[in-house]
Amino acid sequence: MKYNLKLEDISRRKALGLLGGAVAMSAFAGPVLADAAAVSGKINELTGGAGASEGAVTLDIPEIAENGNAVKVGFEVDSPMTDADYVKAVHVLADGNPTPDVASFNFTPANGACGATTRMRLAKTQNITVLAEMSDGSFQQATGKIKVTIGGCGG
Amino acid sequence: MAKIKPRVKVPKKADAGEVITIKALISHPMHTGRAKDKKGELIPRKIINEFRVTFNGQQVFNVMMEPAVSANPFVSFPFKASESGTFDFTWVEDGGKEFTASKEMTVS
Repeated sequence: MKYNLKLEDISRRKALGLLGGAVAMSAFAGPVLADAAAVSGKINELTGGAGASEGAVTLDIPEIAENGNAVKVGFEVDSPMTDADYVKAVHVLADGNPTPDVASFNFTPANGACGATTRMRLAKTQNITVLAEMSDGSFQQATGKIKVTIGGCGG
Repeated sequence: MAKIKPRVKVPKKADAGEVITIKALISHPMHTGRAKDKKGELIPRKIINEFRVTFNGQQVFNVMMEPAVSANPFVSFPFKASESGTFDFTWVEDGGKEFTASKEMTVS
């Protein structure tokens, strides 16, 4: 597409069209990010509306991440991990990424303890929620904020 | 594409009842489907979407991954040693391709 239009060639209609295009471009410039509502919606979906209490989950996350491409996220859940009482699954959720899901960990009593670390991408400064599903059907959660200097969504 | 190579760290020996930590990493670009290449075209999504671990044939742990997991996905997790055996690690890529690794552990 060439932009060598003379000034007199630009009719009002063309000008409006160009302007509209620019507005549309700016609206789609960045990825649409999830928000806190998406995370609480996800928690509601996972817990079946029961909600989660706090206390058993310990987060191990940095306060500031210089590079959002690989941010360490670790957690520990206080549980005896016996056949009768163990942590079934742990979901990691982020409220500032294009989608709230990061990863879901499925544990068994054979693990002997409940905890894991991984590395995740963060688009911007945001809250991380770790939701643990116990074998008795109850839920535990913990939330922490990570400041991100450079986002990790590519593009 | 760079070669996809799994790496796993499991202690060779453990005491019965000891909770050991297993570390697993696979070199993989984890294309999210959002980044663009040099020509400005979207790179299609291709990630490791599942990582699972079996011990003597029994599944003990798995992780379902989303695009928010970093390139070269790394996972560390605990395991309670009770008997000698073999760990089998499987990474599943979008499209169903699997990468595997296996480690022995002796429990005394």
